[in-house]
Amino acid sequence: MATLFGSGIKRREDPRLLTGRGTYTDDVKLPGMLYAAFVRSPFAHARVRSVETKRAKKVAGVVAVYTGQDTKDRVNPVPCAWNVPNCDLRTPPHPLLAYEKVRYVGDAVAMVVAESRAAARDGVDLVDVDYEPLDAVVNPEKATGKEAPQLHADVPGNVAFTWKVSGGDPAKTFAEAAVKVELRLLQPRLQPTALEPRAAVATWNDAMGQLTLWVTSQNPHIHRFLCSVMLKVPEHKIRVVAPDVGGGFGSKIPGYADEALVCFAAMDLKRPVKWTEDRSENYKVTIHGRDHVEYVELCGTKDGTITGLRTRVYAGLGAYASTAAPGIPTILHGLMYSGPYTIPNIEGTVYGVYTTTTPVDAYRGAGRPEATYLIERLVEVYARKIKMDPVVVRRKNLIPKDKFPYTVATGITYDSGDYQGALDKALGMLDYKAFRAEQAKARKQGRYLGVGVTTYCEICGLGPSQVAGAVGFGGGLYDSAVVRVYPTGVVRVYIGGKPHGQGEETTFAQIVADEFGIPIENIEIVAGDTEATPQGWGTYGSRTTAVGGPAVKLAADRVKEKAKKLAAHLLEASEADLEWKDGKFVVRGSPDQAKTFGDLALMANVAWNMPPGVEPGLEASAFYDPSNFVFPFGTHICTVEVDVETGRVKILRYIAVDDCGPQINPMLVEGQVHGGVVQGLGEALQEIAVYDEDGQLLTGTMMDYAVPRASQMPKIETASTVTPSPVNPLGVKGIGETGTIASVPTVVNAVCDALAPLGITHIDKPLTPATVWAAIQQAKGGAR
Amino acid sequence: MIPAAFEYTRARSLADALKAAGTRGTKVIAGGQSLVPLLRFRLAQPSVVVDIGHLPQLQGIKRAKQGTVIGAATTYRDLLDSKLLHNTHPIIAETTAGIGDRQVRNRGTIGGGLAHADPASDMPAVVLALDAVLTLQSRRGKRSVPARKFFKGPFATAMKKDELLTEILLPFLPQGAGTAYESFEQAASGYALVGVAAVVAVSGGAVTHAAVGITGLADTPFFAASAAKLIGRTPNKEILRAAAAAAVEGVSANEDIHASAEYRLHLARVAVRKALTTAAGRAG
Repeated sequence: MATLFGSGIKRREDPRLLTGRGTYTDDVKLPGMLYAAFVRSPFAHARVRSVETKRAKKVAGVVAVYTGQDTKDRVNPVPCAWNVPNCDLRTPPHPLLAYEKVRYVGDAVAMVVAESRAAARDGVDLVDVDYEPLDAVVNPEKATGKEAPQLHADVPGNVAFTWKVSGGDPAKTFAEAAVKVELRLLQPRLQPTALEPRAAVATWNDAMGQLTLWVTSQNPHIHRFLCSVMLKVPEHKIRVVAPDVGGGFGSKIPGYADEALVCFAAMDLKRPVKWTEDRSENYKVTIHGRDHVEYVELCGTKDGTITGLRTRVYAGLGAYASTAAPGIPTILHGLMYSGPYTIPNIEGTVYGVYTTTTPVDAYRGAGRPEATYLIERLVEVYARKIKMDPVVVRRKNLIPKDKFPYTVATGITYDSGDYQGALDKALGMLDYKAFRAEQAKARKQGRYLGVGVTTYCEICGLGPSQVAGAVGFGGGLYDSAVVRVYPTGVVRVYIGGKPHGQGEETTFAQIVADEFGIPIENIEIVAGDTEATPQGWGTYGSRTTAVGGPAVKLAADRVKEKAKKLAAHLLEASEADLEWKDGKFVVRGSPDQAKTFGDLALMANVAWNMPPGVEPGLEASAFYDPSNFVFPFGTHICTVEVDVETGRVKILRYIAVDDCGPQINPMLVEGQVHGGVVQGLGEALQEIAVYDEDGQLLTGTMMDYAVPRASQMPKIETASTVTPSPVNPLGVKGIGETGTIASVPTVVNAVCDALAPLGITHIDKPLTPATVWAAIQQAKGGAR
Repeated sequence: MIPAAFEYTRARSLADALKAAGTRGTKVIAGGQSLVPLLRFRLAQPSVVVDIGHLPQLQGIKRAKQGTVIGAATTYRDLLDSKLLHNTHPIIAETTAGIGDRQVRNRGTIGGGLAHADPASDMPAVVLALDAVLTLQSRRGKRSVPARKFFKGPFATAMKKDELLTEILLPFLPQGAGTAYESFEQAASGYALVGVAAVVAVSGGAVTHAAVGITGLADTPFFAASAAKLIGRTPNKEILRAAAAAAVEGVSANEDIHASAEYRLHLARVAVRKALTTAAGRAG
């Protein structure tokens, strides 16, 4: 029987989603449902003198108005759940509704609950808040300065943490190095922009003391836990359902005040309550990503051996420490400073800094794009300084294929890799030499062509749990599956993850279909309902296939083991004499002595004739905890032409060679790469969240925040190499974030390469025409 | 994004529409592509919204003695589909294809866009270059205002409070004229950082007519009168480059998070040069 593993079948979730028949949180409608709307601070930083709700309460249809004073003793603040150790982390409370101070534009001060969405919105206009404005600070580096306003009483200098990583002897290495390069890099703040904004519907069963919350979540079990903490409701009395989720990119991992407040209102009013973000609210309140100011240095020999890397990073956290925020610029960033290279001496200092802005948390790649960007920009600048081809320098420093598992200077161990293989493949696709010749010719004609190369590796498949505990992550990082076989031989698989675009409804079914030799139509993957699914830790950090996939495989193995016992019993053969062939257990040498999976499903479920000591039924669960992270890798290459008259960057070719181990579904892998690259091109070329000095978000709508459009995107040429991971039984690695991680430096490197004849070494992203043109003017010595 | 409550009615006649235009606290709506966002952000809170988009008197594209006449409530989609316009004023389709997206073009109307007078919208540059004449109507009567006297500032026009824009007359192009629209878009909104419409007629190697309208650059779309100096000259590279520089000279350019004033001025010079070059190339 042909296996489905490795087959690029179409996504099984798509017919539902593409024809508009998915069920999203906002589609949930309950009898007697009320609607919530929030009064949000128009100031970035202000004392709240008073909140007057009288006029709002008189609006027809308004049922209740809550202020911070009303809620502060009845609920707990939003917890931060990643308490990174050894960095003096300070996570001051983030009240669900502000009552003393507001700390960013959008911080909620009151909630209006009404019979209709319109009445709730009308009520918002009539809540009178008396603010005493305070100074704002939006730049994380400036926020640590003496002059900067203090956000939290117990966080001097606004420094939430000072985290350090080091390996080797960086001080000596830098002191003695023949060549040093340094850069100041900005990694601007980004607005995640999931197609579906956040939403929540809560209902409270007062008789049972049970809360049900439908919510846009990448990790319903984590939301259940966070809600339990915020609402003081025991975990077993809370059901969290994440129905179809329209994209997250990290923004639907954290616990948020508004979602908990919807629950609070439902409990207080004993009626269902719904709230759905609009895009303007989404841009102000849902977490942002990135926001680093970085001072980075690299040193090496004159002939291209990299010997050291040092960083000083100011990572903006926004006004409060969001759920996973402290772990992003530290564990998922600083530990990756070696990239795919053998850099023996590394030292990094990361300051997590509070600013009067929207909280920052995980955004596609989360820490790793920032690390890859700084390494790849430094390597490029270093290569140019020693007048070597950047590809040659990369190749010289890549961790050799035969050195895996390889422990880098930051202390983590990479599982497997063939970095040169991916590099060679990508260079071959481009014909690097031919392009360099074309570039030289074009330069003579006054045209500016450039090529950017990124060799990268990244850490994902977040697990194991023991490491999660050691690095202060407030949960486990295993995942889980229950495989339940029905009497008619059809199967449901309940998983702990919550795919929301990644396609595991398809890929996990491919695994199970192969295992049982049954049609994929007979399998359904169930995710997102804490009432149905086993404890799991959600979908982020490219972990669902790498950690949840093995759990599915293990549970299916267990089902099959039991089925085999039953088959042996029914066939009156010993298990050792059975072989699995074409979807049946067959007695070796007697092909007509066989039991299909369907036969065994029926017999196990009716249990008329079970082997002695074997329980009826056919289901199994598995909790899979990996032994290490996984480290996908690859090479991306981009060629560009820069129109120096207008600063426009035109991408000529974009090549992505990625290695995520064996591919369950190559079409989905390609789709993930496409999506990731597009998101990275947005970051490289046009996306930036802009605050003014007063902390007002100037990119508060899609008229000003430039997410990439299909018409702006180049063709993406994808290919892969296959290097299995030894970490999990499927050998798979994550592929959800590689595109974003690799593409940003690739594009910036290409543009800087194109403009090298003008003496340009670096331009901070995004490389909008205006920015590129200004850099060209400056290089030409013109006014700017 | 919930507007403040308002009453919605549909005008049954042009008289209804004119009455609405003259009533305080009432807004007229056609395609809604400008008004609806304002309503949703509660930046506009009219008590009554009167729909005039369907009125036949405000629809359609027809040939008249002096040129092509477009009803103000004609959608961008209809402009794109019009064979007549394609023949008489191909610049309309060229420009319209870049306005918004399909949904926006299916609803948005040319008159609505012009009356809204967003300083970065594309069509004002075109009507300026074409020397269009706008018909403004109120219960007091009807008057014609040249496009070149219509735009008064950001979101401000020559329209009196009680007036409706009902028709746009595009005079026939001079014999042998070529037209072109050149713009640089702001990546998020698709609006013009700078947009330039040019009309150039050439006879015997010399320019006989030249007109340039510019949007996005300043707080009002404007007609660059200096382009007329091209008349009698050969439209070669240097001359067009100089004309481009002259067209934006002394203009106080907009500056925002998307582009500095300096960059906008530079782009404007590039766009004027390109538009003139293309238009001259199409002339004859």
